Amino acid sequence: MKTFTVAKAVTALMLAGLVLLPLYSQLSGNIFILTLFTRIVILALAAASLNLIMGFGGMMSFGHAAYLGIGGYAVGMLAQEGVGSGFIQFPVALAASATYAVVIGALSLRTRGVYFIMITLAFAQMAYYVASGLARYGGDDGLTIYKRSDFSGLVNLSNRTQFYYLCLACLFGVVFLIWRIANSRFGLVLQGLRSNEQRMQAIGFPSKRYQLVCFVISGMMCGLAGALLANNTDFVSPAAMYWTRSGDLMVMVILGGMGTLFGPVIGAVVYLLLEEFLSQLTEYWALIMGPMLLLIVLFGRGGIMGLLGRLNRG
Amino acid sequence: MLLVVEQFLNGLQFGLLLFLLAAGLTLVFGIMDLVNLAHGSLYMMGAYFAATFAAWTGSFLLGALLALGATLVLGIVLEMTALRHLYGRDHLDHVLATFGLILFFNEAVRLIWGPAGLALPLPAWLTVPVPILPGIHYPAYRLAIIVVALLVALLLYLGVMRTRIGMLIRAGASNREMIGALGINIKLLYTLVFGLGAALAGLAGLMQAPILTVQIGMGENILILAFVIIVIGGIGSIRGAFLAAIFVGMIDTLGRAFLPNLLRQVLSGAAASTAAPALSSMLIYLLMAIVLVVRPEGLFPANRR
Repeated sequence: MKTFTVAKAVTALMLAGLVLLPLYSQLSGNIFILTLFTRIVILALAAASLNLIMGFGGMMSFGHAAYLGIGGYAVGMLAQEGVGSGFIQFPVALAASATYAVVIGALSLRTRGVYFIMITLAFAQMAYYVASGLARYGGDDGLTIYKRSDFSGLVNLSNRTQFYYLCLACLFGVVFLIWRIANSRFGLVLQGLRSNEQRMQAIGFPSKRYQLVCFVISGMMCGLAGALLANNTDFVSPAAMYWTRSGDLMVMVILGGMGTLFGPVIGAVVYLLLEEFLSQLTEYWALIMGPMLLLIVLFGRGGIMGLLGRLNRG
Repeated sequence: MLLVVEQFLNGLQFGLLLFLLAAGLTLVFGIMDLVNLAHGSLYMMGAYFAATFAAWTGSFLLGALLALGATLVLGIVLEMTALRHLYGRDHLDHVLATFGLILFFNEAVRLIWGPAGLALPLPAWLTVPVPILPGIHYPAYRLAIIVVALLVALLLYLGVMRTRIGMLIRAGASNREMIGALGINIKLLYTLVFGLGAALAGLAGLMQAPILTVQIGMGENILILAFVIIVIGGIGSIRGAFLAAIFVGMIDTLGRAFLPNLLRQVLSGAAASTAAPALSSMLIYLLMAIVLVVRPEGLFPANRR
């Protein structure tokens, strides 16, 4: 904790940047950057939640985007039915994500390895098709949200700066929670399960129960991100849960550094900024992005955090 | 009656097509232990190659043959440049790296062929309906798909189970070091297997092309179906892939054909027609979930060890 490392410096710099961003946006009159970073912060929150199960729990979920959709649809559907209060919408979003996670987790955790990757993917695809079949809520075309969640004067989500800080506060809250979880007894058991499940079972830990609780917590966090994302775009559609979105989240986690606290946040910032930058550079940005991912996997062990760690030593 | 027979055959045809895709995937998965998400891109490339070559040569068959060769070469190049370095790595690495390849292929196709889809017109002799039962006609082309796919399945089975190279492939699947120590060029073998898988995917793509349009991202939905199939069938098992593919093809097709009418009994017309396709797509994933819960190794696990 006391020593200076490059990774810590970069993290601190990035966090300071995130906090001061609205100031810059105000001074320079660049509103677009605030909108862009609101999206980045929300997806960083989703990536951090995925990191909890992937990095600390060792559960490779390829269906995490389902929660983005569930959280989003909870907000959208309630808004459609005339329930505009965020005090109802957000708890419902969390409860819906938790319910989904309990069911999916209980079933999926019976499998392991690549089967786990595939079954979580299959469930997310199911959620995708359920959403496509919701005729009342727009079906394939998605659902427009005409009024953002109303927090009765506490925060105004239609105000860009306030909404940004709300998202940022949620991100910090979630990262803090993950930090506390990772260092608690519960988190240590999880990390033990990640390294050697058999041994932990032999000591007498009910492994599946621990993993399921972790799975549900992570799902709820991502559901929160979904509810924020729907408010950010004023729109939710089945595309939010499409499997490529789950892939994006995984890439952010790996890119930043799986199993590190701030890695996924850095990963999300870098990935989305890169996407933005490359798409301004050329229409065919994925042509560069694709091989870049391949190279990161081949040579970038431990992601950006791993790279920074090596810098420090070298 | 007519509709039932026709939809049944459609289901069989779609199932066999899925098998071609799943067979390559399960071979690569079972033998190299590689999760290849980019398999769907090879399927897409097969379709694009076929549309292009058919337009150049003016012949559907010649175009198809050239496309088959082109996907084979593409698969081999892909294996030698990129995927070879992923063997022995974590499955998560495979997922990410091949996810990147999907992005690349989709974008490359957009760059070369443009964002609009292509059409692959059929020659006249393949468009006539053929009588299969008294009073029942079925399109010749769909029948041709069934015949070709069954033939390929048979050849694949004989090739893997009865030939020397098939024996080497199976040996390579069970113990990589051992077969290397016996003086077999395992690297070359892997490249060949990957090329074979790519060609199978390309074949599926080019055969599907005249039925659907050739477009970017066409390989992605069907790739997920192929993954569902190999998970249901048991990873690495060609027999399992075959049975699961037919099963999934049937469920998908029959669900789409008959669910709307069934649902209309309980729901209003509009709601039923939106819910039915979603429900029939869901059925497949539901099936997979049930299989994984009951038999986490799939229905026909490849008998390893």
